[in-house]
Amino acid sequence: MAEVLVLVEQLDGSVKKVTSELLTLARSLGEPAAVWVGGGLDDAAAASLAEFGAATIYVADSADLSEFAVAPKAEVLAQLVAEKSPAAVLIASNAEGKEVAGRLAVKANSGVITDAVAVDSGFVATQSVFGGSTVVHSKVTKGTPIITVRPNSVAPEAAAGAGTKVAVSVALTDSAKKAKVTGRTVAAKGGRPELAEAAIVVSGGRGVGAAEGFGVIESLADSLGAAVGASRAATDAGWYPHQYQVGQTGKTVSPQLYIANGISGAIQHRAGMQTSKTIVVVNKDAEAPMFELADYGVVGDLFAVVPQLTEEIKKRTS
Amino acid sequence: MKIAVCVKQVPDTWAEKKLRSDDSTLDRESADGVMNELDEYAVEEALQIAEANSGEVTIVTMGPDRAAETVRKALSMGADAGIHLVDDSLHGSDAIATSYALAKVLEGRGFDLIIFGSESTDARMSVVPAMVAERLGVAQLTFAQKVNVAGSTVTIERATDYGYDTVEASTPAVISVVEKINEPRYPSFKGIMAAKKKPVESLGAGDAGIDGGQIGLSAAWSGVNDFAVRPPKAAGTVVTDEAGDGGIKIAEFLSAQKFI
Repeated sequence: MAEVLVLVEQLDGSVKKVTSELLTLARSLGEPAAVWVGGGLDDAAAASLAEFGAATIYVADSADLSEFAVAPKAEVLAQLVAEKSPAAVLIASNAEGKEVAGRLAVKANSGVITDAVAVDSGFVATQSVFGGSTVVHSKVTKGTPIITVRPNSVAPEAAAGAGTKVAVSVALTDSAKKAKVTGRTVAAKGGRPELAEAAIVVSGGRGVGAAEGFGVIESLADSLGAAVGASRAATDAGWYPHQYQVGQTGKTVSPQLYIANGISGAIQHRAGMQTSKTIVVVNKDAEAPMFELADYGVVGDLFAVVPQLTEEIKKRTS
Repeated sequence: MKIAVCVKQVPDTWAEKKLRSDDSTLDRESADGVMNELDEYAVEEALQIAEANSGEVTIVTMGPDRAAETVRKALSMGADAGIHLVDDSLHGSDAIATSYALAKVLEGRGFDLIIFGSESTDARMSVVPAMVAERLGVAQLTFAQKVNVAGSTVTIERATDYGYDTVEASTPAVISVVEKINEPRYPSFKGIMAAKKKPVESLGAGDAGIDGGQIGLSAAWSGVNDFAVRPPKAAGTVVTDEAGDGGIKIAEFLSAQKFI
């Protein structure tokens, strides 16, 4: 069975959930092989890759791989594509993952599909485009299929793989060493899950009214173990930091549950969350377009409804 | 300092976007075309860098005849000149072909910086800037929320999920910007009048040395098998919070759905 390469997403050595999802998907397409780029692969991380089915873990570990942005990952993958002729390469569909995929596609003279929400055994990818209004099935027609897959598209299922580590030596080209990462700044975020990966997202918009108003949104999110998102109206007003913006020029999320509070539902926002599995809407305006997407909606004052919901959740889960 | 800004004409954000039934490409005729919103931030950033470094800004676009409107808009904001790559053979080009065509137009012109918006609102792939950097073999400084130019050293804050990375490179470099970076200016009346006299070079694929076998729908590296417009979502339950128990009702719904 041909290998399917999965580029591992990790932060400070811990494997992200999306990687388990991609390995689960890779098992349905061929033999999963994880690709770890950079240092820090400890036994726990290797065990987690094996747990979700990695037969092989390619480890490209040298200091300079982490010193430069994007390009080194594309070079490691391009080398593996050339040496191993995998059936496909799967990468998480986030900003960096898509750029790695793009550079890899150019290097490997292969087609690339981004933002897939499913991939079938014939490597046909399903995408949800134009803010979720159109479903497209597409296929790479030249070279090795390079597909980026959105977080939360596949339910991760454990199925042990051998997890055999294979060292890969890579000599980076000069061209991969042109953009040097000189610093990393982590914004204070508390203990909430990452927006793009979260199973539940609680968002606030114009109706939240002020930065202080996000307190009730955060409390609800914390009662559910959810990430907090914001509409562009809220981030443009400076009520919540830009990196939490959900929508066309912000993040695209696809959680199991999305709770939209005080968000009217402009097309820019819908484009970033329309593929959420279940959508709950709270808005005082019964005409808000957001209600068209709601599985459950309440027309009412979010400052009454949301705290009551938070209390009720705490009561039921304590 | 020579700066290029790559801009794209896209269907108006408010318009319903659809694919053509004949070749599954974006239907560009059925909606008004506007400059891709994030490209306005790219133009603004270029103008600010040019103003601080006695630079010159050239707008580059690839697209059908009417994409010239988008070049004019950028010129009316204050850019100096335009290049419009226009050729029927480009129709249906995917991201790989687009990056190839743009790289052919850009190479050899001595640009120190090539600036993009970080994504287009139609395709939303966010891959073309990285691909152009790869093709030109120059530094990739993308998803910038801040750009600092000091001589030939360019430092950006690259927006990440957890905050930002500081990334540094020497020119030439490809930059893409996120909307947090600035507030694009509106064209002034004077700017609109001046734009009419600014030079726009119209290039065919052959003029740019582009190999016709590498572009267009027939050369695409991936293809659409089929597509379907998703039916409108079935109406959910919407209740009015008259009794003041709206929060409890949502909790009951979440409980029934096994979220709590």
